[in-house]
Amino acid sequence: MLSRVADSLYWIGRYLERTEHTARLLDVNLALMLDQTPAAAERRWERMQTYLAWQYDGLPQTYALVQALTFDVTNSGSLVSCIGAARENARQVREQISSEMWEQLNRVYLQVKRTTMEQLWHEPHEFLHNVLKEGIHLFQGITTATLSHGECWHWLRLGQFIERANATAILLDVHFAEPRGAADAQANYLDWVGLLKSCTAFEAYCNVYTADIRPERIAEFLLLNAESPRSVRFAADQIAVSIQAIAANTLGRRGDRVKRLAGRLQANLDYGQVDEIMADGLSGYLTSIQQQCQQIHTNVYQTFISYPVETALV
Amino acid sequence: MPDVAPFRQYQLETAYDELLLSPNTPRPHYRLLAERLRELPPDELARRQQAADLAFLNQGITFTVYGRDEGTERIFPYDLLPRILTAKEWDTIERGLAQRVTALNLFLRDIYHEETILKAGIVPRELVYSCRHFSRQMRGVSVPRDRYISIVGTDLIRLPSGQFAVLEDNLRVPSGVSYMLANRLVMKRVFPQLFASYGVRSIDHYGQALLATLRSLAPQGRSDPTIVLLTPGVFNSAYYEHTFLARQMGVELVEGRDLIVHDNVVYMRTTAGLRRVDVIYRRVDDEFIDPLAFRHDSMLGVAGLLNAYRAGNVALANALGTGVADDKAIYAYVPAMIKFYLDQDPILPNVETFLLSDDRQRQHVLHNLDSLVVKAVGESGGYDMLIGPHSTLEQRAQFRDRIIANPRNYIAQPTLALSKAPCFIDGQLESRHVDLRPYILFGDQISIVPGGLTRVALRRGSLVVNSSQGGGSKDTWVLY
Repeated sequence: MLSRVADSLYWIGRYLERTEHTARLLDVNLALMLDQTPAAAERRWERMQTYLAWQYDGLPQTYALVQALTFDVTNSGSLVSCIGAARENARQVREQISSEMWEQLNRVYLQVKRTTMEQLWHEPHEFLHNVLKEGIHLFQGITTATLSHGECWHWLRLGQFIERANATAILLDVHFAEPRGAADAQANYLDWVGLLKSCTAFEAYCNVYTADIRPERIAEFLLLNAESPRSVRFAADQIAVSIQAIAANTLGRRGDRVKRLAGRLQANLDYGQVDEIMADGLSGYLTSIQQQCQQIHTNVYQTFISYPVETALV
Repeated sequence: MPDVAPFRQYQLETAYDELLLSPNTPRPHYRLLAERLRELPPDELARRQQAADLAFLNQGITFTVYGRDEGTERIFPYDLLPRILTAKEWDTIERGLAQRVTALNLFLRDIYHEETILKAGIVPRELVYSCRHFSRQMRGVSVPRDRYISIVGTDLIRLPSGQFAVLEDNLRVPSGVSYMLANRLVMKRVFPQLFASYGVRSIDHYGQALLATLRSLAPQGRSDPTIVLLTPGVFNSAYYEHTFLARQMGVELVEGRDLIVHDNVVYMRTTAGLRRVDVIYRRVDDEFIDPLAFRHDSMLGVAGLLNAYRAGNVALANALGTGVADDKAIYAYVPAMIKFYLDQDPILPNVETFLLSDDRQRQHVLHNLDSLVVKAVGESGGYDMLIGPHSTLEQRAQFRDRIIANPRNYIAQPTLALSKAPCFIDGQLESRHVDLRPYILFGDQISIVPGGLTRVALRRGSLVVNSSQGGGSKDTWVLY
């Protein structure tokens, strides 16, 4: 496969995951703010900005913040920018993906372009959940059903799961760093449920641990659960699988280093213990996961996409 | 056939009519179609046209119009009714095109090597050297199998006498072949019964024939050559066609940034490492193809490609520098080339052409601008062109100035009545001017898929068939 094509596929995966993540965060947090005091809502917006590694320059009013995160084309992290970038990448590899995939992605993009801020403001859930989240889930389903599960598929998955592992690690890190007084049990409960819902993991968590919400269980679930597609461990497993498949096409030992990096991250999560992680400091552990994701990304590029010519001449 | 729906609006004019022999009689090979049209319920044609349009839209068969924001994608208007050619007509076209392409290929080899035709004074030396597309870099370069032009699209028109004539040779990167194939696909879906009853020769093997042609150009010793299609990218107006052809042939669609030249060998950058490339079907113009040799500001090309080509390590289709032979002033000399190289008379005639660098001919043209067509020699796509009878005083004055300023850059031709064919317009049949672009492949030998792209000037009375100027197309049937 051409390196340029792989590059585009990888970024389709990443941008769609990012779009879905941002849409879900907005959806969940806007709903939670309905039950909160204005002061708590302001605090929540600050956290949202940290989650998304983004700094809003204007007055932090909800309307302006929502607009900046959704329809502001000058913000590269806004929903319209992310879905636009995913579509632009897809347009360049239209002959590689199935036409059903292209049509679905195009449809979501056109729906986003058609929606106005007024419509969003009055019915945020309709747009964030029904248009974006379901639109992207449908795209993933169509991909599974219509695209050969070969190299093309693995590049899409690699982008998707690197983005997911990284974003979930950041989310946990910020959330656990938040100082919480024991006094307001009600607010704390909502806050932890909010975290699970931000990862579409509330129901799955209840199935495993019942609705008894405890922070270390949440950490265990979102980090180390082997079966939830939203856990960091699951993402690391998928990253390793896809890198194995991609590297299988290369000759010689070129893929070895990337495979080792992906294997290390996977083993780290497969054999991790939540009590040890918490004792050693959750924040340090999560930072290390983010660093490893970054390393894998850089090495994937050096090995498969933007390698120097000399290293590839046999 | 007046007063019979849906023919009420259909009128016979001075131009050759593809459908009618006389006001009430269709030509024999159109009789079946005419009968079928009369039998159809009134709304049926409109329904089928809608079905066809939808099929094009859903498949994303579009082209890009330049000069609008973000490159607007549009479907190429498709007319429902086929243009039908008899086996006898096709035989003349086929022989004529093979003869012409053979001569043009010999001409290209000659002017970049021995220059016999220039020494013999058949084609003026200054005309060749002053051509914008003449490529110094190709002097003395031997190209694989001496094939300069492997993929050609020649524009034919039918004169009022019924005879076909050549209007233009397209020897650089002719486009439109994907529409020929898509039109056929849609036609078979929309009129299956009619199609079956006619006995139409197949064109579906074009992709395979193109692949075989490209394969035949592979450098020696490369028995299993890697072939790629080089596109300028998604913003090119013909990007759809590039993806379509790459898929039809099962070859990689690459952009300039995917290719690397190392030690005069071309490689493409893949996830599995560098892979050697042997044949490039390039849809990038000469001037953009290698920033080291041609335009330095080109982002579309591959640095060092010309040297790899000269070293014989990679084949290009078409070769570089072929634009000199489809210059509209050189065009006037093609019949003389056929005589010179093949010692034959041209089977397909040229259209009378005035060279404006010649004083006497220029004076004649300047006095008769209102009846002539003036074209820039190096342009294609219907840009920079004056159609005398349809022009304003102001436009003629503009062209007069341009001609006087740079006479070598223009030629003039009489305004020709292109033949007319029935088209389905606003619920009725009306006649519109058409041309024909068959696609010629020149690998081991010359092969032409029986058919081509019939382009239609959809605006009433218009003579311009280019897609960028409001033209459409229809399926072309060559009968057994």
